[in-house]
Amino acid sequence: METKVITNEEVAQQRNKQQLKRKWKREAIAYAFISPWLIGFLCFIIGPMIASLYLSFTNYDLLSSPKWVGFDNYITMFTDDPRFWTSLKVTFKFVFISVPLKLAFALFIAMLFVRPRKGVGIYRSIYYIPSIVGGSVAVAVMWKQLFGREGAINGLLGYFGIEGQNWIASPDYALSTLIILVVWQFGSPMLIFLAGLKQIPSELYEAAAVDGANKFSQFFRITIPMLTPVIFFNLVMQLISGFMTFTQSFLITAGGPLDRTLFYAVYLYEKGFTHFQMGYASAMAWILLIIVAVFTALIFRSSSAWVYYESEGGK
Amino acid sequence: MKQKPLHNTFFHGFVILFGIAMIYPILWTFASSLKPENDIFTKSASLIPSELKWDNYLKGWDGFGDITFGTFFLNSTFVTILVVIGTLFSSTLVAFGFARLQFKFKNILFICLLATLMLPSQVTLIPQYILFHKLGWVNTFFPLIVPAFIGGVPFFIFLMVQFIRGIPRELDEAATIDGCSTFGIFWNIVLPLTKPALATVSIFSFYWTWDDFMTPLIYLNDTKLFTVSLGLRLFSDPSAITAWGPLFAMSIASLIPTFLIFLFFQKYLVEGMATTGLK
Repeated sequence: METKVITNEEVAQQRNKQQLKRKWKREAIAYAFISPWLIGFLCFIIGPMIASLYLSFTNYDLLSSPKWVGFDNYITMFTDDPRFWTSLKVTFKFVFISVPLKLAFALFIAMLFVRPRKGVGIYRSIYYIPSIVGGSVAVAVMWKQLFGREGAINGLLGYFGIEGQNWIASPDYALSTLIILVVWQFGSPMLIFLAGLKQIPSELYEAAAVDGANKFSQFFRITIPMLTPVIFFNLVMQLISGFMTFTQSFLITAGGPLDRTLFYAVYLYEKGFTHFQMGYASAMAWILLIIVAVFTALIFRSSSAWVYYESEGGK
Repeated sequence: MKQKPLHNTFFHGFVILFGIAMIYPILWTFASSLKPENDIFTKSASLIPSELKWDNYLKGWDGFGDITFGTFFLNSTFVTILVVIGTLFSSTLVAFGFARLQFKFKNILFICLLATLMLPSQVTLIPQYILFHKLGWVNTFFPLIVPAFIGGVPFFIFLMVQFIRGIPRELDEAATIDGCSTFGIFWNIVLPLTKPALATVSIFSFYWTWDDFMTPLIYLNDTKLFTVSLGLRLFSDPSAITAWGPLFAMSIASLIPTFLIFLFFQKYLVEGMATTGLK
């Protein structure tokens, strides 16, 4: 009798041990799977973020060790660095003009392509091409020539008897050429809109048509509300990448003329990697992070008011 | 609903005209790459060269001094292939972990992953540079390649998570009952079903690496190590420019891999864009 009880306890203990062991094994396996990202996250995201926060309170030129200066970098930035304000102004102007334009084009073209017609597949591909090459140095080279004094745009204007100018070097137009370059790449949001449009049940339009709603009110009362989750996604993605724009300005206008295209990321690069003011550049990076975080938070907060999610809570 | 023929004509007319305007810059660059030097500026807007100068390509390929564009293409190809491999490695493993396995802190870690999607790269840029500098990796390919192996682009992990979540769990469960290990399920069951997503991830990671300018700009100083992006930039430096034709020729050459992939795999690109955008 006694021996049996003991064995029962032993068995239970054994089972517990095994369960615990199995649980640990399961955890270990799961962590092994995510370890590549986890290592990267700790070493290349969290670590550097902390380091960059610390550096933002120092002067650091990569050669001598960082010197603590408290809030000096931030104070200088806001009170004694007009180029910082210029870069903010340029970036905001760029983002607030290019993002809505790009999304409007994307939606407009997506609406044209939503109904299956002959050739739509080919058209869609052609309209998407600028998006796949847009970030390359080749396109930057191309743009610089296209809008240069003797470039193709002036050649085309010449046919209409209009005398052009060097658009890239003009303080009034340089930023516009970069905005056109970004809007030109509306292909990705277009494809996302297209997928969203195809999800809208056609019964909605049929019912609306029966009730006598014209195309115009169908667009504003069905299409737009049903598309809001997609608009939301596109808006967040485009805003973030807009604030980070670097290559085009760096290569095409080099921030000029007269700092009219001095994007925030370009100025940050200049501070960090031309002047080796790593502390100052880190402080700028944190201000950028705060700006992006505030905008993202605002969009997310406001989304409950204007983004329509289907009842099943499906995202 | 039937289309009125007039409406149709209008549609095609508009779309074709606008489409030509869209790809005009690319066609124009291609045409310019074949134009003789004086054509480029005198007939700047034209798409038809007065004579075909294929040797612009040969001249461009010669590059600078003893370094040809061949070197840049080899460097870019090497980096890009390794980055694609690294991205596939890390994104599939990690995505499987998040989509299928249970572990402590999973939710909070997934939120971290999503948050990094929106993190401006500038925030980590400088400390990363200092880190790589201290490791002696500046002027090597390591800073370009290593991040891919440790989930450097969280977007790809996110894309794979979404895709794996869509694969029915019954398959894994059946395999577990049959005594399949976790890795076995990943390798034999889930991975083969993710092929379309793998294609999408590969294509995007190829594009972004091939076109990347900022990372090589920061980490590579030696002309011998330059990628195509840096080589082109060197070539287009206003102080060095003597020959426009060859510059355009090399610009077009740098886009050829991009176009070829688009031509053959655009289905995966288009579908990939659509699924990531919606979910």
